[in-house]
Amino acid sequence: MNNETLVVQLQPKEYKSAVKPVWCPGCGDFGVLGSITKALAGLKVPTENAAIISGIGCSSRMPTYLSTYGFHGVHGRALALATGLKTARPDLTVIATGGDGDGFSIGGNHFLHTCRRNPDMTYIVMDNQVYGMTKGQASPTTEPNWQRGKLTPAGTGINPFQPLAIALASGANFIARCSSSDSNGTARILMQAIRHPGFSMVQVLSPCVTFRPEQREWKNMLIPAPVAMQATSDPAEAARLLLTDEGIYTGILYVGDRPVYQPKLESSIDNIAEFEEEFRI
Amino acid sequence: MTDNSNDPVRTIGSTEELLAYSLAMETEAVDRFNDLAEQMEVHHNYEVADLFRKLAKIEGLHIDNVNRAAEGKELPNLLAWEYEWRGGESPEGGLMEQAHYLMQPWHAIELAMHGEMRAAAFYRHVAETAIDEDVLKMALELVAEEDEHVALLQKWQERFPKPAEGWDEDLDPPAMLE
Repeated sequence: MNNETLVVQLQPKEYKSAVKPVWCPGCGDFGVLGSITKALAGLKVPTENAAIISGIGCSSRMPTYLSTYGFHGVHGRALALATGLKTARPDLTVIATGGDGDGFSIGGNHFLHTCRRNPDMTYIVMDNQVYGMTKGQASPTTEPNWQRGKLTPAGTGINPFQPLAIALASGANFIARCSSSDSNGTARILMQAIRHPGFSMVQVLSPCVTFRPEQREWKNMLIPAPVAMQATSDPAEAARLLLTDEGIYTGILYVGDRPVYQPKLESSIDNIAEFEEEFRI
Repeated sequence: MTDNSNDPVRTIGSTEELLAYSLAMETEAVDRFNDLAEQMEVHHNYEVADLFRKLAKIEGLHIDNVNRAAEGKELPNLLAWEYEWRGGESPEGGLMEQAHYLMQPWHAIELAMHGEMRAAAFYRHVAETAIDEDVLKMALELVAEEDEHVALLQKWQERFPKPAEGWDEDLDPPAMLE
């Protein structure tokens, strides 16, 4: 049998499903959807060889809008699902998507341990520093003095979660920050994240124009990290950058070479045969 | 709003390259207007959705013009991120974050006009930095074309009153539509 697969070059829009996004117009997640389609097209990944896994939240609707396989799972569990899928089907391109609330609050522990485990997949977090789907509450990445949330009118007073520094400390193998307003630049970085072996963590600052309209200004505040600071493989250097850049540098900020988590799979056909043998009458 | 200039990072060296940039810009404009039309349809803002569809159609005609100019030429085949727009976005591809579900035709035309003005500025920059006579000539033609579009859009916008302050206030902002 000829195992060669005929790779058909798809256009980015062919990775979009027929379902129209229900995000608010102006939402940064539209840009990220465009970036994912451009990256998959750039990598020539057949739609049947990619799976997008998510939890709950505005950005977690991503699998619905793509023509790849997808699983819109339960709140905070995207990484657990995605790790299971990648372990069982290492041949697939597995991408987990979600927001800062889903990923760093209820999914916080999964985040730490997925970084630590280092499965070969990509996690795209559309960070807008707010729970948008439930109408604007403070999230783990919200600034402590944000006073427009109805539940926290005096601000949370709580130190924001630092996802990239925590990803680095926990063992993520590729760390990047992008802006949803730079859809093409984000696509380029996603391609590299998907290609890089191990767990790739990509934070995309993606404005919530409904509950955080001031975030429209992010596109004028974010700047590419100085070339000398990009894509370092030295964790200490990356940590220094991530802890001092006030979240404004974009680009690939760390590239590691840790071994990938991939347990050896036994042939499922043999197992099924053994299983059937046990039940033979 | 701050306009991060969308000049190309380096000088455009040939008409083929300029046409490739032009084609990428117009294609992104069509995609952008179609995306915006879809977004407005989802939020039942049909008047603005229709307007964005019209704008997409008009930009589609520009693609036809560029394709005609490119007949017999071999254009460089660049991936989306290989175009060296300053700021990463093509001049007519940005400002998606300015969309709003309550926006009115006036805003839609304002958004379109901003893209056309940035396109004109882009071609002007190409003309100013051109070292090739043919590139200079083509860039100046494209500047004139984009300036004409801006003037047409200005006239179109005059048909709609400028929305009053607070047009985007909504005491019950949207939750996700399931």
